[in-house]
Amino acid sequence: MPTQQQTIDEVLDLAATQFKVPRETLSPDDDFFRKLGIDSLQALSLLTRLEQHFNVELPDYELQGVSDFRTLAERIQSRL
Amino acid sequence: MKQFHGKAISWDLKDGVIEVALRREPCNEIGTQSLEELEQLAAALPALEETADALIIYSKMTPGFSAGGDLRELHQRMNETERGAALAGIRDFHQRIHHVMNVLDASPLTTIAAVHGIVFGGGLELALTCDLIIADKTARFCFPELRLGLIPGFGGIPRLKRDLGNAVVRDLLLTGRSFNTTKAQQIGLVSQVVAEGEVLRAARGTAAQLGKFDRTTAAAAKKFIKHIPYDELRREIEIVSELYARPAVQAALKNFVESTDAQPYLP
Repeated sequence: MPTQQQTIDEVLDLAATQFKVPRETLSPDDDFFRKLGIDSLQALSLLTRLEQHFNVELPDYELQGVSDFRTLAERIQSRL
Repeated sequence: MKQFHGKAISWDLKDGVIEVALRREPCNEIGTQSLEELEQLAAALPALEETADALIIYSKMTPGFSAGGDLRELHQRMNETERGAALAGIRDFHQRIHHVMNVLDASPLTTIAAVHGIVFGGGLELALTCDLIIADKTARFCFPELRLGLIPGFGGIPRLKRDLGNAVVRDLLLTGRSFNTTKAQQIGLVSQVVAEGEVLRAARGTAAQLGKFDRTTAAAAKKFIKHIPYDELRREIEIVSELYARPAVQAALKNFVESTDAQPYLP
């Protein structure tokens, strides 16, 4: 099982790739809506990609109020 | 009419396949314009069916197949119209969209929904009228209506229950959560999952296969195994119409439309 830090790194890698932003500009505590410039529908597409990558099912109500990469990674980690 | 090019949808009959494209920005929200053009499709279908083997519905919009009912138009109508007339209008809208969905559901053609991205609410209900759902890996399915104090109103619950059973309906309906293609295929909602951007190609390949079969036999097979739950569908219109009359629904619609929250689609 990956460590928490590995999961955070993979979340940041995937987000940078999907939304075509330089990976080095993303930090774990960034608000991903603002930093990636995405809306809720695009956030759902990120969720889909994360679920497929980590092979988890993440009900979207678990993401209520979550807007930073670190907490998002924690939610994924709890289902690995 | 072998071809149609509207504001919300277009269709083209070619090589025995009717391809219906959803093309209304931003994500094929189904309002009055979409309904009127879908009604034109329903009216044209009997003639098209004489020379077609299959029908494919897909979206030309990047965010997905369809985000469902046009809540902004609905909210505007409820604000600008006297309450009784607005509620009568909502009932009429649902009766008309049910007619379209029923025509698609009962078509003797084999029908395919080729979906990607957002397949929410009325968009999922439209896909559920089809015999097969083929999805690319970006697809995400959801019935978010309970967030607004409503239930799906375009026939989704009876059709999902017919196809997959009550446990799946309860999960989708009562939690309001969305799920991806992996889950959708596990529960039997989706028949094929393909790579991103490949869904129309896969649907065309499937339609080409369907064209090899005797049409009368294929239509008889479909009629034998696919019943239309008319009683439940009629009951659904009654329930939805009653729910719309509640002030809580109007408040929820207002919150959704006026929300500046980045996550209005998340429960």
